[in-house]
Amino acid sequence: MSPAAPALVPVQTRSERLASASVDDFAPVTGLEFEWKFVPLAAVKHLTDGALDGSPTAFGYTESAGTAVEWIDASDARVGSAGLPEDRAAANAWSSVEKVLSIVVSGEPAEELVVTRSHFGSAPRAAHVLVEARPHSSGIVILQQNGAANLAENVEIVVGDGAQLTVVTVQEWDDDAVHLSNHFARVGRDANLRHVIVSLGGRAVRVNPSVHLVEQGASIDSFGLYFADSGQYFEQRPYIDHQAANTRSRVNYKGALQGAGAHTVWVGDVLIGPHADGTDSYEQNRNLVLSEGARADSIPNLEIETGNIVGAGHASSTGRFDDEQLFYLQSRGITEEEARRLVVRGFLAEIIQQIGSPALEERISAAVEAELVAAEGVRG
Amino acid sequence: MSVLKIEDLQVSVETEQGTKQILRGVDLTIGQGETHAIMGPNGSGKSTLAYAIAGHPKYHVEGGSVTLDGEEMLDLSVDERARAGLFLAMQYPVEIPGVSNANFLRTAKTAIDGAAPPIRSWLKEVDAAMSGLRMDKSFRERNVNEGFSGGEKKRNEILQLELLKPKFAVLDETDSGLDVDALKIVSEGVNRAKEATGMGVLLITHYNRILRYVKPDFVHVFVAGKVAEQGGPELAVRLENEGYDRFLEGSTVG
Repeated sequence: MSPAAPALVPVQTRSERLASASVDDFAPVTGLEFEWKFVPLAAVKHLTDGALDGSPTAFGYTESAGTAVEWIDASDARVGSAGLPEDRAAANAWSSVEKVLSIVVSGEPAEELVVTRSHFGSAPRAAHVLVEARPHSSGIVILQQNGAANLAENVEIVVGDGAQLTVVTVQEWDDDAVHLSNHFARVGRDANLRHVIVSLGGRAVRVNPSVHLVEQGASIDSFGLYFADSGQYFEQRPYIDHQAANTRSRVNYKGALQGAGAHTVWVGDVLIGPHADGTDSYEQNRNLVLSEGARADSIPNLEIETGNIVGAGHASSTGRFDDEQLFYLQSRGITEEEARRLVVRGFLAEIIQQIGSPALEERISAAVEAELVAAEGVRG
Repeated sequence: MSVLKIEDLQVSVETEQGTKQILRGVDLTIGQGETHAIMGPNGSGKSTLAYAIAGHPKYHVEGGSVTLDGEEMLDLSVDERARAGLFLAMQYPVEIPGVSNANFLRTAKTAIDGAAPPIRSWLKEVDAAMSGLRMDKSFRERNVNEGFSGGEKKRNEILQLELLKPKFAVLDETDSGLDVDALKIVSEGVNRAKEATGMGVLLITHYNRILRYVKPDFVHVFVAGKVAEQGGPELAVRLENEGYDRFLEGSTVG
């Protein structure tokens, strides 16, 4: 483990960023750091600097064939196998937890597993989840978050050789909830991880997935969908680390913003390492700003350390409503309200269709619909 | 009998050089079942007329009126005009990502009729109209106009025309960019729609060739933002032979 980098020396490459499980290795957060510069610090201060309750919290799930769910000790040797914290809140959470929620997928295929987490309460808490897909298994794990929360957490995802794993994390917190989450994934040989972030509810929600493609033929499909209303802050910083040859990544995040003070941040890092010959990567982020006073930050970064790749591209766009689309739909008799709904629904449908669980896709469609109706009420 | 009446229509647009007047007093009356061709050189304001009738926000009406059976259309929103019975087949239909054609058509039909069509007969009707326009069934599930070729977009416009059954349709250069086979298919669609509903048609075109397949009752020559001459089908033939030059002398195109 490397010691803390001296202050004011910028990290030159994404892979050299400090990683540590010890909170003291990270300097106190000032808000000037790139990883904290957009976050409403007052809302998260107690998660970066305060004491966190790391005791296990109740959760709900239904027995699903080919999966196993249990609490394991934080000292278990498997903990830490997918990565280590890269920011102070994550390190604070890491060192605070007593138990880790272990989810093992072993079925070929396993039944869909939904883990519902809605009992965190509003006191500052730490959590840690470890999702493991055994070699050649396949399955879908849905982490469904509701209720109150002041939560810093780490989610580790270990995808064994030849496994096909989907992990969906859905944030539908209460309006005043704060959630800082770091996901670390390690994807094995010829394995695929499909990772989906859906953020719809909460005051400040940040989910940062770091995905390490460590064996040849590993691949990641990384999706994100967020809908920020007035006063909501949603951030996601997918980091794809191509370490091995013939690895493939696709990153596609889409967000809608509506209302004064709605703020979203997307920072997409792709690193193609010196040994990642034959890498095929593409990342994009698109934002649809539905009203005045909302702000979307979108920053794609691409680092390439080998010239021998199949492809590496990125795209980012943040736009207002397309008046020509509205005119077209209205000219067919469709009211302006319904036309807006159709366009936004269509914009986000591309991501919803990728979730891979028909029941969840339907529920998220309905939730997006409800956001749109609520947003119209606000607009008047 | 339904009548679409355009009187002394004056329309301007905002440009970087300031407000520019495009239509300078257009008078036209189209009866039910009639086909009127509007022909004219580029920049004469033909498309502006189409978009102003439909209510595109870019075009500002400075004066005049457009009434459908006595009801003022210019006071209505874009969707209200469509529900009153107006239809515009666009020259450059936009793509709507993530919205399937089937969903779009059904939503539009429901809006126009005020009630959802019965599902079985509706699907049959859509299928029949699509096969008449030689559109593959896959176009039902594809997103609206997304990745469609120019010709496919035009067929999709005529598909909507046939299904939504307006009282009056404005076709804005529907023929442009079509090869002769596609032109025939699209023209047949227009003729079927006319026959089925007795709608009136305002056919805007730069060329004479679509008029071989969609027969106009009246031809109006549009120059510098108003009707410069009108006549029967023979006027189109004369224009084809002589061009627009004789109308352009002494007038500023713009």
